Amino acid sequence: MTLTKADLADLLFEQVGLNKREAKDMVEAFFEEVRVALEVGDSVKLSGFGNFELRKKSERPGRNPKTGEEIPITARCVVTFHASQKLKSKVEENYATK
Amino acid sequence: MTKSELITLLAERFPQLVVKDAELSVKAILDAMGDNLAKGERIEIRGFGSFSLNYRPPRLGRNPKTGSKVQVPEKHVPHFKAGKELRDRVDSATAN
Repeated sequence: MTLTKADLADLLFEQVGLNKREAKDMVEAFFEEVRVALEVGDSVKLSGFGNFELRKKSERPGRNPKTGEEIPITARCVVTFHASQKLKSKVEENYATK
Repeated sequence: MTKSELITLLAERFPQLVVKDAELSVKAILDAMGDNLAKGERIEIRGFGSFSLNYRPPRLGRNPKTGSKVQVPEKHVPHFKAGKELRDRVDSATAN
């Protein structure tokens, strides 16, 4: 099952003992703080999980896949995620035992 | 921003909670996300992005030191795709 914000809020209610309102707000605030950091150009390093970094992309030629028309893809900044070694090995181990 | 800085920021947002609650919350969120990915299940956070696993087929690699061929087994690696809100906010903030 796909994990969603609602599932995370339930966990905070059950495991941390926040009330339902706080749990929902906490999950929202967690992702908002990460977004804000990335927005101001800061990378986010969550040890044991992974790093979110910003990558500058320069303009490159693209194509409208529907019409075939050539249009430039403008220069932009994108977010990349690199899983930590710990997360990678956790994924590997669990898959190996399946 | 590091995990401890994130905890501090969240603790400031919730003055009615003790810092320990913010710390436990961050830990619970990250653990749940890690466990879910490890089980091979997706994570979908509206406005932020989604995490899933990408399959890497087995391939013939080389030991860069000795040059000998080695069989690299198939594996799954975590993958993140930024959601629309995150993409737009990061892009418009850096454009100015």
